[in-house]
Amino acid sequence: MMSQLLSYLSLPLVHLILSLVVILAFLGVNGIVLIYVERKVAGFIQRRPGPYEVGPWGLLQPLADALKLLSKQLVTPMGADKILFWAAPILSFAPVVICFMPMPVSPMFTGMEMNLGLILILAFTSLNVLALCLAGWSSNNKYSLLGAARAVSQSVAYEIPLLITVLAIAFQTGSLNLSEIVASQTKGIWSWNIFVQPIAFIIYIIAVTAETNRAPFDLPEAESELTAGFHTEYAGMHFGLFFLAEYSYMIVVCAVATVLFLGGWHGPFLSGPFWFILKTYALILVLMWFRWTFPRVRFDQLLNICWKWLIPLSLINLVLTALLVKIVR
Amino acid sequence: MTPSDNTTMQNILSGDYYTNNFTLSPAAEGDTLVLNLGPQHPSTHGVLRVVVELDGEYILKAEPVLGYIHRMHEKMGEVKTYAQYLPNMGRVDYLHALAWNWAYVAAVEKLAGVAVPLRAEYIRVITCELNRISSHLLWWGAYLLDLGAFTPILYAFADREKIMDILQIVTGSRLTYCYYRFGGVSADITPDFIDMTREFVGYMRDRLPMYKTFVTENMILRGRCVDIGVLSKEMAVRYGATGPVLRGSGVAHDTRKIEPYSIYDRFDFDIPVGKNGDAMDRYDVRIAEIQESLRIIEQALATLPAGDYLNPDVPERITPPKGEVYFAVEGARGKIGIYIVSDGGIKPYRLKLRAPGFSNLHLFAELSQGTILADAVSILGSLDLVIPEIDR
Amino acid sequence: MKIMTNYSNAIKGLLGLLKGLKITGVEFFKPQLTIHYPRKEVTNLATYRGHIDLVAKEDAPLEPKCIICGKCAEVCPSACISMEMHVKGEQSFASPAECRTITVGHGIEIPFSGLRLPPAEVIERELDSFNLDYNYCSLCGLCVQICPVGSLTFSKDSYLAGTARKNFEFDLLQRLRERSRRSSQTTTAQEKR
Ligand code: SF4
Ligand code: SF4
Repeated sequence: MMSQLLSYLSLPLVHLILSLVVILAFLGVNGIVLIYVERKVAGFIQRRPGPYEVGPWGLLQPLADALKLLSKQLVTPMGADKILFWAAPILSFAPVVICFMPMPVSPMFTGMEMNLGLILILAFTSLNVLALCLAGWSSNNKYSLLGAARAVSQSVAYEIPLLITVLAIAFQTGSLNLSEIVASQTKGIWSWNIFVQPIAFIIYIIAVTAETNRAPFDLPEAESELTAGFHTEYAGMHFGLFFLAEYSYMIVVCAVATVLFLGGWHGPFLSGPFWFILKTYALILVLMWFRWTFPRVRFDQLLNICWKWLIPLSLINLVLTALLVKIVR
Repeated sequence: MTPSDNTTMQNILSGDYYTNNFTLSPAAEGDTLVLNLGPQHPSTHGVLRVVVELDGEYILKAEPVLGYIHRMHEKMGEVKTYAQYLPNMGRVDYLHALAWNWAYVAAVEKLAGVAVPLRAEYIRVITCELNRISSHLLWWGAYLLDLGAFTPILYAFADREKIMDILQIVTGSRLTYCYYRFGGVSADITPDFIDMTREFVGYMRDRLPMYKTFVTENMILRGRCVDIGVLSKEMAVRYGATGPVLRGSGVAHDTRKIEPYSIYDRFDFDIPVGKNGDAMDRYDVRIAEIQESLRIIEQALATLPAGDYLNPDVPERITPPKGEVYFAVEGARGKIGIYIVSDGGIKPYRLKLRAPGFSNLHLFAELSQGTILADAVSILGSLDLVIPEIDR
Repeated sequence: MKIMTNYSNAIKGLLGLLKGLKITGVEFFKPQLTIHYPRKEVTNLATYRGHIDLVAKEDAPLEPKCIICGKCAEVCPSACISMEMHVKGEQSFASPAECRTITVGHGIEIPFSGLRLPPAEVIERELDSFNLDYNYCSLCGLCVQICPVGSLTFSKDSYLAGTARKNFEFDLLQRLRERSRRSSQTTTAQEKR
């Protein structure tokens, strides 16, 4: 019986479906956990308790929120493009699921071993902007439109340094396979890429903060300027999906950062997945810390940072890496 | 086109009478976007509405629309006795209520020739300066909220809470104070009050460096404030701007120094002024003013005389002689002026409130022209508007 | 050269950002300032000023000090105070329906209509009810200040809550009597123990 099951598991299709289910379940739980964590972090930084009333230490608060979102009416504003309006949240959330497939959580446990895993993740994360653009356009709301315009130019700009830094790492390992990138960092803590390529790490973190529309780069939803940006008109689970997508993208980019810079599953004493998840969530905490500390940058400053600083820096980094790789080999 | 002509749904949806009759800026070429900021918008703090015409994200024209919380404070002054109008003053500008209290009682005192005991003057200075600090703290938090930093407002509130606790001891309320009376104040300050105020002065002094490293020196914040909304001296004067907005532009105009009322000439304090008149200067001026207020409070506490807190000879129903009076005090937002015409009766014949926010707001239309939307939010925040005061 | 200053500025800026992170990081571990209401109480309730209340005479806890001069009703900016009274002694020979009830303070213009009550020495009177419409009260304290006998005070009723306008229309006389009855009951109960 057991062996039969295992043999089924080795079938690619079964494997694929199973991992998809696991990932979906994980993303749902992750969203709920992250909402709770974010609110607690915000609370503690601001010296208040955060969610408190529902359940012990407010643990059930995100569940209550999710229930509320689920039970709300889905309102489509008058004059909105119905199909696009409905499609946008789904389009925002769906690609994240794919992004998890090649993630090497441990040497044994990877959704799908792929040679081009890194490219796949980058390709699918950048689909998100399309969803934001659709959401903004189809809402028939001026704030949404402005938000969407911001989202597009922001993502386009930040994709470039992101790709270039990631490329530098790929040069160094000589592979786009995430498992191999991790494997190259398992020679003790100093072999982690964060120490080998600190500039790349900084650029990566800044770029993904912008990429995931997190403060201080949360311009598409800058609430003091655009009320709620691209999701102004969304209610109920539509909004919930955007929210879930945001947190899911956060965990994707943090997981990729773990793989690229923090040695993935590598760590002493404990097993691989544990380290992987620990590092990922630690990075997420850092992003949350950013959000509750910094003011929002202005839109043109954001683009300035990207074009004037990040792209040249990442190019220099890339060239240096290439040279060093050439010399060392 | 009148609204009744708009029968189709689309036309009704496209806006109210005001937006439908909005004259587009002559500089507009091609498509522009007319956007309502407010009256329900996170950055307009209350019910201010600004209709902006955008070209992309650049503002071609901005028009503030007022009156959403007009409460006829001036008219109410004509139907109430002098004393009955007192609680209104706390509601004009709820953030610096005591300055309005002061302007009003001082105007009536001047008109009726009521003497104020020295101790009462000291109490007024201390409480009014405390209130000024609390107003600046709230502005600080709200401004940073406008700029997208969520945390500072809660730190500011934690400090402001201390001031409110202190003021609650004597005034009994936490926001809309009605504390000053003709010829003094309604309750004497207690030893508790003095201790807590002393403690607070020290506490706030320790706290300010934290604010500085946390926010003022923050690169992102400086990027949002420095060289944004540069208000020239000449323009500030032309619009009749007062308070930190005017001082940020480099004009050292402070009613407390220029026309010293009460006992302000006894204290040693500076008027902080800015150089360029940008949002950062206005910011710095307010932070420096917190320090100056702390200095004033400290001096006042050190030299607090004993005596009456309320002139006992003030009649229950005050009837100033025929005549008119104008009195101005320095509020947190600028010069608060009250003009009263008396016909010798128990009610003012006419009462006029000069709200500093009103003049300061109208700068915005000119100042925001050609800026990007995010800067407009920053400029609007740096003017420190309290809408009830503007609408009165 | 310009590039160098540019870079050093950027690095300084980044260090400034790190300082900001340090501040929030430290605050994260500091104790919370929130006082969780049903579980804890704030410490400054002693200076809270709630709606006004009548003060009882020292020797007669059921009777207010009030001499029914009507000054508080007159000065109140929001016309929250009104009172009903009858001339002393009248009730004894006439049925309650016939006794003369005077109501003072029914709106903003009455105080200036020239209707001022004669002083207490001229007509002796007794209070039937002392009505406060707390809905309109702005807690200005003018009534407390003007009362010649100190018959008004601010209550410390900080948890007052209601769901309808009626919940805030008080008869202060009744409240005073209930209050003193309750307190006398508790004191006797304590004495028994
Ligand atoms: S506190 Fe002021 S508003 Fe309230 S009842 Fe007394 S006089 Fe009227
Ligand atoms: S002012 Fe005092 S004595 Fe006069 S009616 Fe009011 S409570 Fe009674």
